[in-house]
Amino acid sequence: MTTAPTTTAPAPAATRVVPVQTRSERPRSTDPADFATPTGREVDWKLSPVERLAPLFEDAPGDGSARWTIDAPEPVRVGTLAAGQSPRGSVFEPEDRPSAIAFARTAQAHHVLLPEAAALERPIVVSVEGGGAESRETAHLVLEAAAGSVGTVVLRHEGSTRLAENVEIVVGAGAALTVIAVQQWADDALHASAHQARLAEGASLRHVVVTFGGGVVRVNPSVDLAGARSEAEMYGVSYADAGQHFESQVYVFHHGPETRADVLYKGALQGVGARSVWIGDVLIGPEATGTDSYEANRNLVLTDGARADSIPNLEIETGDIAGAGHASATGRFDDEQLFYLQARGVPEAEAKRLVVLGFLAEIAQRIPVESLQEELIAAIEAELAKEVV
Amino acid sequence: MSTATPSQLVIRDLRVSIDTEQGSKPILKGVDLTLTSGEIHAVMGPNGSGKSTLAYTIAGHPRYRVDGGSIELDGQDVLAMSVDERARAGLFLAMQYPVEIPGVTVSNFLRTAKTAIDGEAPAIRGWTSGVREAMEKLRMDPSFAARNVNEGFSGGEKKRHEILQLELLKPRFAVLDETDSGLDVDALRIVSEGVNRAHQETGLGILLITHYTRILRYIQPDFVHVFVDGTVAEEGGPELAERLEDEGYDRYLAARA
Repeated sequence: MTTAPTTTAPAPAATRVVPVQTRSERPRSTDPADFATPTGREVDWKLSPVERLAPLFEDAPGDGSARWTIDAPEPVRVGTLAAGQSPRGSVFEPEDRPSAIAFARTAQAHHVLLPEAAALERPIVVSVEGGGAESRETAHLVLEAAAGSVGTVVLRHEGSTRLAENVEIVVGAGAALTVIAVQQWADDALHASAHQARLAEGASLRHVVVTFGGGVVRVNPSVDLAGARSEAEMYGVSYADAGQHFESQVYVFHHGPETRADVLYKGALQGVGARSVWIGDVLIGPEATGTDSYEANRNLVLTDGARADSIPNLEIETGDIAGAGHASATGRFDDEQLFYLQARGVPEAEAKRLVVLGFLAEIAQRIPVESLQEELIAAIEAELAKEVV
Repeated sequence: MSTATPSQLVIRDLRVSIDTEQGSKPILKGVDLTLTSGEIHAVMGPNGSGKSTLAYTIAGHPRYRVDGGSIELDGQDVLAMSVDERARAGLFLAMQYPVEIPGVTVSNFLRTAKTAIDGEAPAIRGWTSGVREAMEKLRMDPSFAARNVNEGFSGGEKKRHEILQLELLKPRFAVLDETDSGLDVDALRIVSEGVNRAHQETGLGILLITHYTRILRYIQPDFVHVFVDGTVAEEGGPELAERLEDEGYDRYLAARA
């Protein structure tokens, strides 16, 4: 069930063929009418359950039933931004229909600003509680880390709704921002989310997508490493069970010189119809000399009837890079790991639980905030406790 | 602490095969061996003679199919037990190639194993200091506890970690599968001291599997068994190991040819 990785590397000019569509050439527009309703044949929808997602393709505003709370420590400033009010739209340009609908139909965007040189003592927590499976919601969130600021934003999604959401992330020079988006929806929630980030010189972004609950959850993060020496760590962890479809299309654009990116998404799947889709695109642009980039996706398929699709793509437009690589692996339990644990007295069921926990905990280990790391491991443990492997 | 009533691990006429692309291949062709607690047995032999197959069959690795014979631990049928039941019954295998387990820290792993073996969680305070002391004696840096099991460990670190488990889990019988392979002189001495410590403290029985006589300078065997082509070709006391040191396995192989 391993999907062969595909690579796009520059071919000699004479034989170069124009690709069907590279990630950087995806159309962008703020007008929903510019995006036809997806049929499932489009490159960015071909692995998505478009019929289940149909409610998110209706060009209509939300009903306002979702509850938003933003808990931010000093000196963070929290406010709203009308359409066209800077910095809303300075970085974000929708790339698909739900995102364009969210962009056009959200009157007031939430704005969270870390002022210049602010160093937060605790994370900012943005919580969304859905208004019910029949409700609908659009949202636009602007997370702005001004120059030299350091902080963490946790974005939690719970309950049920049908949410089209945009997250616009602006990271100023030398700022270090961590964004953790947690999807713990009820089983009937639909969620299409596009995160777009731009990093200035010397800025860093650690971006983590945690998806444990929801019916169809599609979180597509993209990052523009515009400033020299900017760097991104893009991580994801998910656990899909019967009937759940969890998807992430990750895009890293090495735009400026000496930029670095590390992408790692890990997913466990179990039960009939459990499905995960990961498409990872890395583009190293012509000015991105001295770039170092790595992307990987690993999936653990725990039972029959579950399916993981994994497609890494790497496009390099400069000859002068420090390193670039990608990896993709989808497998079942490693029998040797189970044997090792069982040979130490651990019963099979617990050995399996420990192997899955360890597999997913690798992402938690990369989150530097200890309290968040513990919370994520506890969430993984709770998810495992619910499931019978 | 030496056990009042000695335990026995009795292997009789053990025949084992593995599945290969060319079909089923017999590896062990009738092995008899009896270990009593407190004893150290060395199993020696050339590559491919079935030494590791014996180790993995005792531990219950699913790759090895038992075609006949028996393994009994104090009268209990070991072959009827699952892998984890064997470990809880007191059998331990120090592996030649310990497996990496990403995301599971050594400290979590050791506590989980100890809890499984003992049937209850160890008292936190005594356990933590016990682990630290055992690590110190094996010259393992305290930072080891926070690393993921065997991930990025050097060959020597993996073997120390195996012996650390031997010392902490306190089995009745331990099979050491080529624990000496890939160790430099210092590491070999440190690891051997760990084995001897466990032997003195708990009086366990040891089946020491090795290709070379080198480790027997540090761990003195009571008995030596020479494996050739899936059977025990010769048995004796420690003097047999000395003879192998001088002569190698050639005379057994020549006798077969």
